[in-house]
Amino acid sequence: MIELENVSKSFTLHNQGGAVIPVMERVNLTVAPGECVGLVGASGAGKSTLMRLIYGNYLAAAGRVMVGDLDVAQAAPRQIIALRRETLGYVSQFLRVVPRVAALDVVAEPLLAVGTSQAVARDKAASLLAELNIPERLWSLSPTTFSGGEQQRVNIARGFAYDYPALLLDEPTASLDAKNRATVLRLVEGAKARGAAIIGIFHDEATRDQVCDRFVDVSVFSPQVAA
Amino acid sequence: MSASTGEQDMTPLMQVKALTKMYGHRIGCKNVSFDLYPGEVMGIVGESGSGKSTLLNAMAGHHAPDCGEVVFDTRADGPVDTCTMSEPARRMLGRTDWAFVHQHARDGLRMSVSAGGNIGERLMAVGGRHYGEIRDQAADWLGRVEISDSRIDDRPSDFSGGMQQRLQIARNLVTGPRLVFMDEPTGGLDVSVQARLLDLLRSLVREMGLSAIIVTHDLAVVRLLADRLMVMKDGYVVESGLTDQVLDDPQHAYTQLLVSSVLQV
Repeated sequence: MIELENVSKSFTLHNQGGAVIPVMERVNLTVAPGECVGLVGASGAGKSTLMRLIYGNYLAAAGRVMVGDLDVAQAAPRQIIALRRETLGYVSQFLRVVPRVAALDVVAEPLLAVGTSQAVARDKAASLLAELNIPERLWSLSPTTFSGGEQQRVNIARGFAYDYPALLLDEPTASLDAKNRATVLRLVEGAKARGAAIIGIFHDEATRDQVCDRFVDVSVFSPQVAA
Repeated sequence: MSASTGEQDMTPLMQVKALTKMYGHRIGCKNVSFDLYPGEVMGIVGESGSGKSTLLNAMAGHHAPDCGEVVFDTRADGPVDTCTMSEPARRMLGRTDWAFVHQHARDGLRMSVSAGGNIGERLMAVGGRHYGEIRDQAADWLGRVEISDSRIDDRPSDFSGGMQQRLQIARNLVTGPRLVFMDEPTGGLDVSVQARLLDLLRSLVREMGLSAIIVTHDLAVVRLLADRLMVMKDGYVVESGLTDQVLDDPQHAYTQLLVSSVLQV
């Protein structure tokens, strides 16, 4: 479902004398449907960078980034937008929403985007918010006013509202208590069971061992320091 | 938020080809080309004087470009170059399939005509004659832009800046356009009003499936509204692509400067 082939990434800082910073080289990674691959490596090793390369907000310098049958490294913006709507979900560490939109609508939006009816989308959103222990009195409020942990749970609910065939999870359990972490794990297990290909970053080892089928250490993709 | 399907063979709603507008020897915008597909929202950013408003006005037919084409997929005749079509035909397009939201609401409204009249005028321009229906539609649109229908007979000069801007949007969208040009639609409004307007624009784009081209200097606005982004400097497009790719991983020196200059809130 997700297949990276000889992908490399570098940043060119034009305003700092054109410095070129290579960050990743020869990335090869395959994730099959129903499989969850955990990315590991020290902070700064490039776990999130790798996710952004797959999601398309970072531009690969070389190589192929296949999600389904689309090469994200070469695709036109509208192809990537369609991919994100129909195929590839992403739960980031931070919630980014239009102010003033109710939490329930934030969660329902991915479903509405694929043409689900208002009633069905809102029902699904409500059941996810309930499952993630967001009190019902908060559903009509904008999540911009929520606590960090609540925002993260809204973000997770949004990421799992629609059944994406491929999912990227960037520390979905970082600031959650045990009960909510268990819910997230159940959601991840459910996604795997229906055949989603998942790449995740989990800092907590117990969580990681529970849902991941195998691990990839991203530090092996660091560019070799010239001798 | 886009409603496009991503099909390869879909006809672009608008194709801009090598559009150039000069002011004497000075460049307004030079050699701009892109395709806009149905349901897509494109942002154009750049500092003041970069040519973004010139480009918008040239595309919308307000300025005659020096060369280039603006091919629009019309309902009746398919793709037509709007730069060479007759003036009446272009004006008709401006009243039906196109809408233009000005930065200053007073440029897009008739300040001495009631709010209801401002909305109704566009309906009458496309053949609406039944007074009761026009008034009902006007009231419906006032509601959609969150203006109480008790204000239907008030003049826009009695409205606040944010209300005027929402009225301008209602006036523009009442005829169900397929493409909306917006010049700094949230400029000059305070942040709480901006948020309301952004929310409104997003839901209208999704519900009506319309395409939009939004000129702004506010990167936060384009991140929330635009699928695609074009960055302009000195009349040239220096970078374009998926909005979050351009903002998160800018490739051009100017874009890197622009993105790194934004104050964090």
